[in-house]
Amino acid sequence: MPKKTTKKTTKKTEELDSIVLMQGNEAVARGAVDAGVNFFAGYPITPSTEIAEILSRELPLRGAAFIQMEDEIASICAIIGASLAGAKAMTATSGPGFSLMQEAIGYAKITETPCVVVNVMRAGPSTGLPTSPSQGDIMQSRWGSHGDAPAIVLYPDSVKESYELAIRAVNLSEKYRTCVVLLLDEVLGHMREAVRLPDLRKHRVINRIKPTVPPEWYKHYDENQKYLSPVASFGEGYRFHVTGLAHDATGFPTGRPAEVADMMARLKKKITSNIRDLVQIESFHMEDAKIAIFAAGITARSAKSAVMMARAEGLKVGLLRPLTIWPFPDDAVRKMLKNVETVIVAELNQGQFLREIARLIKDKDDSDIVPVRRVDGELITPAQILRIIKEVN
Amino acid sequence: MKNQPQKTVHSYLRHNKKFPHVWCAGCSNGIVLGALIRAVDELGLGRDDVAMVSGIGCSSRMPVYVDFNTLHTIHGRAIPFATGVKLHKPHLNVIVVTGDGDCTAIGGNHFIHACRRNLDLTIVVVNNNIYGMTGGQFSPTTPTGDIATTSPHGNIDPVFDICDLAIGAGATFVARSTAFHSLESEEFIKRGLEHKGMSVIEIVSACPVIYGRLNKKGGAPEMMKQMRDNSIPVKALDKLPPEKTKGKLVRGILKHVEKDEYTLRYQRLVDSLKQEESK
Repeated sequence: MPKKTTKKTTKKTEELDSIVLMQGNEAVARGAVDAGVNFFAGYPITPSTEIAEILSRELPLRGAAFIQMEDEIASICAIIGASLAGAKAMTATSGPGFSLMQEAIGYAKITETPCVVVNVMRAGPSTGLPTSPSQGDIMQSRWGSHGDAPAIVLYPDSVKESYELAIRAVNLSEKYRTCVVLLLDEVLGHMREAVRLPDLRKHRVINRIKPTVPPEWYKHYDENQKYLSPVASFGEGYRFHVTGLAHDATGFPTGRPAEVADMMARLKKKITSNIRDLVQIESFHMEDAKIAIFAAGITARSAKSAVMMARAEGLKVGLLRPLTIWPFPDDAVRKMLKNVETVIVAELNQGQFLREIARLIKDKDDSDIVPVRRVDGELITPAQILRIIKEVN
Repeated sequence: MKNQPQKTVHSYLRHNKKFPHVWCAGCSNGIVLGALIRAVDELGLGRDDVAMVSGIGCSSRMPVYVDFNTLHTIHGRAIPFATGVKLHKPHLNVIVVTGDGDCTAIGGNHFIHACRRNLDLTIVVVNNNIYGMTGGQFSPTTPTGDIATTSPHGNIDPVFDICDLAIGAGATFVARSTAFHSLESEEFIKRGLEHKGMSVIEIVSACPVIYGRLNKKGGAPEMMKQMRDNSIPVKALDKLPPEKTKGKLVRGILKHVEKDEYTLRYQRLVDSLKQEESK
């Protein structure tokens, strides 16, 4: 999506020219292209549709594939197939479509196939409020698929960060060979913010490593390698087998308890032993905070304003904002909340992050963890949070 | 078996991996797999250039046994997985192996839309008229009145004609044979592989252990004979009097037209955009 800017000579106007007004969904599409995504399959759904629209314009220009499938299930299956053939593949959807994709997300995880699913969250359950914001899929993004496999889920709070985390989502999917979910708020998907283009050019792209061993030595799930582990694609002479059945390291189905245990341990370990690489968390004015707000995505934007307003009145308030929500940043949260007296958990749902915070903070009373919830399709405002801050102070 | 020794088929199997196979004695899946392998061999397709994709069910277990790029997916979704593989690597010969339930019940939507797109996939639908792997529930092709574990009083559902469905949805090569006619099956799969576009080859098969037993069809040999006696070639359809064709399964190439294939159309789009850009 390179914008054609008019050529000006002075440095200042050049700088101004490099600032563009961009929507969150557009930033995601742009991030996907810059991360090397060369396969997109999707199905129209509000409020994510712009991502598909933009990529349907951009990918053919690059000789890459865009296909509109017959539904969301077909979309995720197509991207997994493409990824196995070597593509960097992505789909984008919203709540109802995300629910339909859950079975195949589990397939991507058990077969360790890189792919990215963008879920621009809207208010549910069911059709709910298709054009209103909600943070109702925090738990679905972690536990939505049947069975038991860990998840990597990223969650930006600005248009610029949507771009950055879209790239990071693709990178992590390649590196950890799994389905990475990028959550976006409806308002962020549709909100336009000024973004400096040069900021969008500094990024690193991770590509999966190709195996160098002869085909007869190749194991599709190599135990000996540290992540990244080399992985072959279809049509490259390795002729491996991929199945959603429990499998051994070569990829063939197995029912032997020891081999199944190995597989399950590998799926878990590649996440749990790389927490430091996976977790990103922003700490805002937490140094001397007595009251901490825990919030993510668009709610963290309101919380940040509330922190500034409270600080202006001399109140010691800070904000913890996870950019990676799964794996949950247990250690960071524990450490940073150690010295605070009260934690305010602000979210656009009935209390999904709240459960995680309550799980981590054992030394405080229930009354020290204060929920701020909203599920009517409107945002939590800074004033609403400030009011709670004053109540608990 | 023409001039092909059994060694040919054997050379394509993953001997050290997953044998003995999961299929019951008398199951037709082995016959269909043999036909498929011979078709690939006769066309001289490189093993690296063949991707075999399946869903869930008895026939969908086929890929694990064969030395191709193999992908055993989730129930009903083999076709969209195959769509992804084919669209990213159009040079691969992508074969989908699926059953009557996998393809036309849970996967029905994907099936008709793949037919509509005319993507170059070769879809082999092994139709045994029953859900075998789950123990004998009726499928969209279980004949009305027949017994299944979920129709113990007789199936009241009308049936899908898989070939009619494919023709109606826009597939450009549609053929039907039976496991008894294994050389004909081989020929149709071969023609399907050669055809540039969506090919659907329905192969009616025998499930003597579940469907046959529930409906008193006899054992595997009897069911084979029924395939022989109850089917007629499409070429004979017009020549025989109506009383001899009534209720018979029609075998043959039922549709074969040349139409623009999906990956070619996509490539044309990419090329035209490139040209526009260079102007």
